[in-house]
Amino acid sequence: MVDAAIGETSVPRPRKAAGRSGLRKALKRKSTSAFLMTLPLILLIALLVIYPAFYSVHLATLNKSMQRFVGFGNFEFLFKRDTFWLVVKQSCIFAISAVLFKALIGFIVAHFVHNIPAKGQRKWRGMLLVPWVIPPAMSTLAWLWLFDPSYSAFNYTLSFFGIGPIPWTGDAAWARFSVILVNVWYGAPFFMIMYLAALKSVPDQLYEAAAIDGANWWQRIWYVTLPMMRNIIAITTLFSLIVTFANFDIVRILTAGGPLDKTHIFATWAFRVGIEGSDIPLGASVSLFMVPILAVAAIFILRDVNKRGNES
Amino acid sequence: MSTMTVDKAGPTRNVKYGSMSRDRAWALRWSYFFLVLFAIFSLVPPFYMLITSLKGSAEISAATNPWWVFHPTLENYVALLSSNQFLRFFFNSAMVSIIVVIITMLISIPAAFALSRMKFWGSATLATGVFLTYLIPDSLLFIPLFKMFALIGDVTGIQLINRWYVLLFIYPTLTVPFCTWIMIGYFASIPKELDEAAIIDGASWLQTLTRIFIPVALPGLIAATIFAFTVSWAQFLYPLVFTTSADQLVLPVGIVTTLIKGDVFNWGQIMTGALLGAAPPLIIYAFLMDYYIAGLTAGATKG
Amino acid sequence: MAEVSLRKVVKRYDDVEAVRGIDLDIADHEFVVLVGPSGCGKSTTLRMIAGLEDISDGDISIGGDVVNDVPPKDRDIAMVFQNYALYPHMTVAENMSFGLRLKHYPKAEIKSRVAEAARMLDIADLIDRKPKQLSGGQRQRVAMGRAIVRNPKVFLFDEPLSNLDAKLRVQMRIEIKKVHQKVRTTTVYVTHDQVEAMTLADRVVVMNKGRIEQIGTPTELYHNPATRFVAGFIGSPAMNFVPCRLEEADGRLHMRLTDRIAFPLPPARAARYQSVSRNEPLLLGIRPEHITETRPHAEPGIETFEAMLDVTEPMGMETLVYFSLNDTPVCGRVNPNAGARDGSPLRMAMDLNNMHLLNEATGLVI
Repeated sequence: MVDAAIGETSVPRPRKAAGRSGLRKALKRKSTSAFLMTLPLILLIALLVIYPAFYSVHLATLNKSMQRFVGFGNFEFLFKRDTFWLVVKQSCIFAISAVLFKALIGFIVAHFVHNIPAKGQRKWRGMLLVPWVIPPAMSTLAWLWLFDPSYSAFNYTLSFFGIGPIPWTGDAAWARFSVILVNVWYGAPFFMIMYLAALKSVPDQLYEAAAIDGANWWQRIWYVTLPMMRNIIAITTLFSLIVTFANFDIVRILTAGGPLDKTHIFATWAFRVGIEGSDIPLGASVSLFMVPILAVAAIFILRDVNKRGNES
Repeated sequence: MSTMTVDKAGPTRNVKYGSMSRDRAWALRWSYFFLVLFAIFSLVPPFYMLITSLKGSAEISAATNPWWVFHPTLENYVALLSSNQFLRFFFNSAMVSIIVVIITMLISIPAAFALSRMKFWGSATLATGVFLTYLIPDSLLFIPLFKMFALIGDVTGIQLINRWYVLLFIYPTLTVPFCTWIMIGYFASIPKELDEAAIIDGASWLQTLTRIFIPVALPGLIAATIFAFTVSWAQFLYPLVFTTSADQLVLPVGIVTTLIKGDVFNWGQIMTGALLGAAPPLIIYAFLMDYYIAGLTAGATKG
Repeated sequence: MAEVSLRKVVKRYDDVEAVRGIDLDIADHEFVVLVGPSGCGKSTTLRMIAGLEDISDGDISIGGDVVNDVPPKDRDIAMVFQNYALYPHMTVAENMSFGLRLKHYPKAEIKSRVAEAARMLDIADLIDRKPKQLSGGQRQRVAMGRAIVRNPKVFLFDEPLSNLDAKLRVQMRIEIKKVHQKVRTTTVYVTHDQVEAMTLADRVVVMNKGRIEQIGTPTELYHNPATRFVAGFIGSPAMNFVPCRLEEADGRLHMRLTDRIAFPLPPARAARYQSVSRNEPLLLGIRPEHITETRPHAEPGIETFEAMLDVTEPMGMETLVYFSLNDTPVCGRVNPNAGARDGSPLRMAMDLNNMHLLNEATGLVI
């Protein structure tokens, strides 16, 4: 009995201490295994995304044969070339106008789909998303064929209206238009889908309340729909801005930058200079010019995504 | 006069209802009208691919109505599907895409599980980092990556440039961040009580992941798989940079570089190849549309 | 089957103490309900018993063994969660047998245990359905079935009925009580609903701000609350608290409520409160059922007064009346035929034999 009493009072002390440290050990083990589970991800990002990103900066400071450090030499060279400024201008025109039209068309189409009876929506949504599903390299080939200088099916059709023949990819202005058109064709469905999801998440009661308050159709869009979708519009637009700005496939296949570099954008020109022209440092320098605008867009996206996280 | 007073007194309601449903009907008609227009705009290129793929070379260069096939033939399909080179492209594409999907899942699922459930030092930063990585485009990294892999070849003698399997290292940079990100969202939406119930039932962390989380988040998993597959299948820039020999090419690059010989465009075969190249994603989309769309919208609506 | 005991159990989150030293002994077969407002630490206590939260200080033992460092799966407990936490991809049978399958029980035994639990809970014909196809009450039964098949030492319930509608809640309450009578497993049940606590528990533990306010059987808590918190928390409508003072008049101890109203205390009460300081600010605690309409015959300890009714709520078998006493809202329960009407006066009777006197500063019942 005495032993038992002593056991009861004195033994639990050290046991408790051991328990506490055991628990801490268990927690540590848990966080170690969590770390191990994320290790492949960390390695992938570190080695194949972050390292090359910084390596790109290093490359940009070398000369063409990559044996000599030239500092800002490549950038100075670029600033003196008219083609570079052409590419800057074209990239901005391309990205901004394409995103603008994608957003507008996506918004309008989403509204039309949302308007029709629910049971038919799936079918329409399914058809309208097809451009996004086809690999852009493949669909751009179809556009290239539709734009063919001699056999263009568009020009064939337009000729009945007395228009054309239009040099879709031959003339600088038309080539820019075509590139933007194909990008809008490819990207608008993405906006449509995002907007449609957002439209569906606006509770009907809000529209009913607005209708009772006497809001007309236009006021309902302006005061109910747009504010409710503000965040998703912002995220989608910024995201699309990044993708469009960095686009390669469409321009590469449709015009390869021509005629006379009049449709080159950063990605295609970097490819032309860096890979085809074998001037890797110069190519790296060109693509680095995408970083500022991408970074700004990314920061805004992150802010909005976090905001959404906090709201929910 | 009398009719006017009647209008004013009683039936204003009637008139109002009538005009409202008439407005509705017109809105619906306009909706359908524009939807048809946009659907035509959306479907013209794939339709034209199909039309052209069924034409012989004589009909393609004839001055007939290009929007119709007058002498349908399967000769383009026969030519491509019996061409070892084209089948090689297809095989390379399939191998790359399938293996990349597997690698992506093996990396993404454990990482997403850890990031959504086991808080550890830096886990929140890492989750944000994953999302940021997803925003870094291929056109920013292809030059340094190309140089890196060329250097690896120079230093170690392991030649990876111009081998189709080099893409297995590169593509995960495109697929893993997004898949991890949406899986974090799906895992986070599983109620905490579910893993607590599993713990009390005696499940280990691994059992909780494989027997509870993966089955419950299966829709997310399917969406992520579809995303990884379609991105790998459609990728054009990296294979264009990293592979050049005809037997190492994947489908998109193969079609663009081999079927276009100088200025000679064999449009029948190009369109057939493009259609066959677009087929796998389209078939997946046709059967798993809801998962496809869920994955598409998940990036912005989750997390 | 086992007893559970908590010794000075503390839970700290960074600098917040959610549970501040709890001592509790739960006997074998006992049904104990932890009740209290949200944030009182009751759920945290339960989760510490389950092993889902580690213990910052103190000891928890189950069946005589300290389990502080034992992972949940080795504690031999089963838990029913508020949102049921059924695995959505498994059928009812798979849900119930998951724990047994993980422990590699023989198939035949799993089958018979599941069948028995399903029969007991009346869900035998739902056994192949998925949780999505079940109603809230059925899901609740499955969650209980999952606990029963494990045949654990202790059942833990974390607000299991709060997602059900009022009618179903009453029904499931009875169901839980029946199950406990059959299996007799030691049970710790957490709820914020004092009615659930009163109806289910062998003993109720009232918690507040991370501490235990009082432990007792439901009737003990109802009739002899130890603190103002317990007195106010248990019972619905809640006990009235009216500021008052004690004073001596005509050689008897009186309780003065307002300038005009002072009641002589019944002898038993007077003796009990003799030593209380006459200037101390006090609270009269009295339940609504002890403020009624006047009876035809005067009874000892029942004092009458005139009340100006603000609002009346006819409930059918009784009418709740609300009025002010010493600027404090007071609720009484009167016979529906007593003629209580909004805004009209009514002669009321207060049964001082059932009064409580509380120290306003400490909140303790005297």
